[in-house]
Amino acid sequence: MSILLDSSTRVVVQGITGREGTFHAEQMQAMGTKVVGGTSPGKGGTTHLGVPVFNTVADAVKATGANASGIFVPPPFAPDAIMEAAAAGLALIVCITEGIPIQDMIKVKDFLRGYPAARLIGPNCPGLITPGAAKIGIIPQNITSPGPVGLVSRSGTLTYEVASALSASGMGQSTIVGIGGDPVLGLTFRDVVELFEQDPATTHLVVIGEIGGSDEEHAAELLSRGSRLKTVAFISGRTAPEGKRMGHAGAIISGNRGTAKSKEEAFQRAGVAVAETTDQIVGLLR
Amino acid sequence: MKLLEYQAKEVLASLGISIPLGKVARTPDEAAAACSELGPVAVKAQVPVGGRGKAGGIKLAGTPDEARAAAAQIIGMDIKGFKVPLVYCEAALEIEREIYLGFTVDRDARANILMLSAKGGMEIEQVAEESPESIARLYPNPWRGPLDFELTQLVFEAGLGELARPLTSLIKKLYRAIPELDAVTAEINPLVVTKNGEVIAGDAKLEVDENAAWRHKDLEQRYGGVVEGDPYEVEAKKRGLTYVSLDGEIGIIGNGAGLCMGTLDLVQRAGGRAANFCDIGGGAKAEVVENAFAVILMNPRVKGVLMNVFGGITRGDEVAKGLVTARDNLKMHLPLVVRLSGTREEEGRKILKQNGIEPGANAWEAAQKIVELTGVRAPQGAR
Repeated sequence: MSILLDSSTRVVVQGITGREGTFHAEQMQAMGTKVVGGTSPGKGGTTHLGVPVFNTVADAVKATGANASGIFVPPPFAPDAIMEAAAAGLALIVCITEGIPIQDMIKVKDFLRGYPAARLIGPNCPGLITPGAAKIGIIPQNITSPGPVGLVSRSGTLTYEVASALSASGMGQSTIVGIGGDPVLGLTFRDVVELFEQDPATTHLVVIGEIGGSDEEHAAELLSRGSRLKTVAFISGRTAPEGKRMGHAGAIISGNRGTAKSKEEAFQRAGVAVAETTDQIVGLLR
Repeated sequence: MKLLEYQAKEVLASLGISIPLGKVARTPDEAAAACSELGPVAVKAQVPVGGRGKAGGIKLAGTPDEARAAAAQIIGMDIKGFKVPLVYCEAALEIEREIYLGFTVDRDARANILMLSAKGGMEIEQVAEESPESIARLYPNPWRGPLDFELTQLVFEAGLGELARPLTSLIKKLYRAIPELDAVTAEINPLVVTKNGEVIAGDAKLEVDENAAWRHKDLEQRYGGVVEGDPYEVEAKKRGLTYVSLDGEIGIIGNGAGLCMGTLDLVQRAGGRAANFCDIGGGAKAEVVENAFAVILMNPRVKGVLMNVFGGITRGDEVAKGLVTARDNLKMHLPLVVRLSGTREEEGRKILKQNGIEPGANAWEAAQKIVELTGVRAPQGAR
C-alpha cells in the first residue's frame, strides 16, 4: 500500500518531448511506472519513448484512461498545463516546474476550487515516488526502498538525503512526497500527513520542513489531536539569518509563526520528536 | 525585487495615486537644491529594508544647508547591510490622519489579501496584535480583482466610511500593481489624509515577483542595479547563483536551498560559523561549481570551504570535475572538505581522491572536519 500513487496509476507526461520531459519520463518508465502517453501541442499522433503523444490532455485521457499527470513544461506555460490537467479530470497532478510567478499560482489555486477531486503536488517540487512501484517526478529511485516510513518534505535535496539514510539503515518507505518550496502550493504538509494517517501500510512518518510560512504548524496541530504514526520532524534553517524585512504586511498576517523555533515547538507540543540535524532522524525514528 | 521608496512612489504615481512632491539626490548639493525648490523637506535614506528611521536614515531639513548636511550624513551610511546610494528629499505634508493600506500574499490562504486600517503609522504591527479586528481584510478574486461593493464593505469595515469614495478608487488603483506588475507586496503606510482633505501616499513599499521578471523587463532595467547591497551577493547574482552572506569563517556550497540550510545547521552544531553559502541548484555543471567557488572565495573572511552535494539530477562526477578545476584555476590553498553522495557518487569520489581531495564519509563528519581544520590556525594547505 501507499498514498496517492501505485503501480496501477496511469500517468500522462505533459511536455514529454522536451529535454527534461524525455529524460524523466524514461526514468519513470525504467522503474515500472505506467506512463500511458504524453502531450505536446502540435505533435499529436506521433510516438515518443514508445508511447503515444497527444495534442491535449483531454485527448490523452480519452484514448488512454490516464488518471495522473507529471508536468515538465517551462514556467510561462506550466500554470495553464495544471489547469488543463484538472479540467481533463485527472485526480493527481504533479508539477515539477520551478519559477512559476506567484500571481499565476494564485489564479491556478482559485481555478482548482472548481475541481475538488484534483490533487496538485508542487510546483517547484521533486514529485513523489512509491518505492518499488511507481514515480512521477525526479526523485532518484536508487536511493529509495519499499517499507513502512512515510516521508513528506518541502526541500528536494534534503528529501534525497533522508530517503537515502533511511534506505541505508533498512527502513524502507511507503511513499515519498516532495510538496515543493513555493509559497503557493498544491497539497500541504497537513493534507499529506492526513493521507499517511489513513494508509495502513505506513507506520512511521518523517516531516522535513523549512523556515517560512505556517504549513508545518498546521500539520503539527493535526498530529497533536492523536496519531497512530511514529513521527520525527526536522526543520531546516534553524540557524539561517532572518530575512531582511520591508514593510509590515507579512507580520500582520503571520505574527510570530514561520520561524524554526515556532515550528519545532509546535511539533514538540504534538509529542513529535524533533531532530536538530538530518543525521539524527533515523535514530529518533527507530 | 524590492523597490526603493522613490521607485515605489513613481510606480504608484503611474497608477494614478497621489504622492508628495519629492526629488532624488545623489549628492549633498543635490539635496540642498531640492530643498531650495521644495521648501522644508524630509531627507530619507533609500534602502530596500525596514527600520531606516530608527537607524538614523531620516532627517528633517528646514533650509538648503540643513538638507546638505543631512544628505552628507545619510548617503553612504550602512543600514542593515545596505550602503545608502541616494536620498529622497520630500516636501512635508500637513497630516490630518494616518491610514494603513497594503496587500500581500497570504501563504495560508494561497491568495492575495488586501488590508485597510484607520490606525495607520509605525505601530501597525502592535495594532494587529492587540486589536486585529481593527484591520479590515479582503481576499479579492484573482481572476477579476476586487469588485466595487467589496471595496465599499472593506472601507466601512475599517471605520473609514466617510472616505469611501476616494479610498475605494485609490485601492482599485493600488490593486492594479498585481495584474500589471506582478507585485507580491505593496504597502502605503501611512496613507495620509491632509488637512485639506487630500489622500496622499506618505510612504510606499513595493515588492515585485522575481519569477515574473520575464514579463516586466522594463522594471528591472529601470530600477534594478541602483542598490549596492553586499558586493559578493551582487557578483553572485551576475553569475546566476543563489548566494547569501553571513558573518562566520566557513564557506558553504550545496545543491538545493534546503540542503544548504541543513548544512549551516550542521556547521553550527559542530561549533563553527558559516561565512556564506552558495546554492548551485539542481543539475549543476562543472562550470557552475567553479563559479560558486570563485564567489565563495572572494570574501576574505573565508578560512575554509565545506561542500555538501547530494546528487539527484546533479551528477557526482560532474561536481567532482568542476571542483578540481575550480581549485586548480583559483589556486585555492584553504582547507576543503567535500561530502558527495547520490547519483554517480563512486565516480565522483574517485575523481576527488585522484586529485588529492579526501571526501568526507557523511555530512556530519564533514562539518566536524571543516570546523576542526579552520579552527586551528590561519589558513593551511588543503592537501
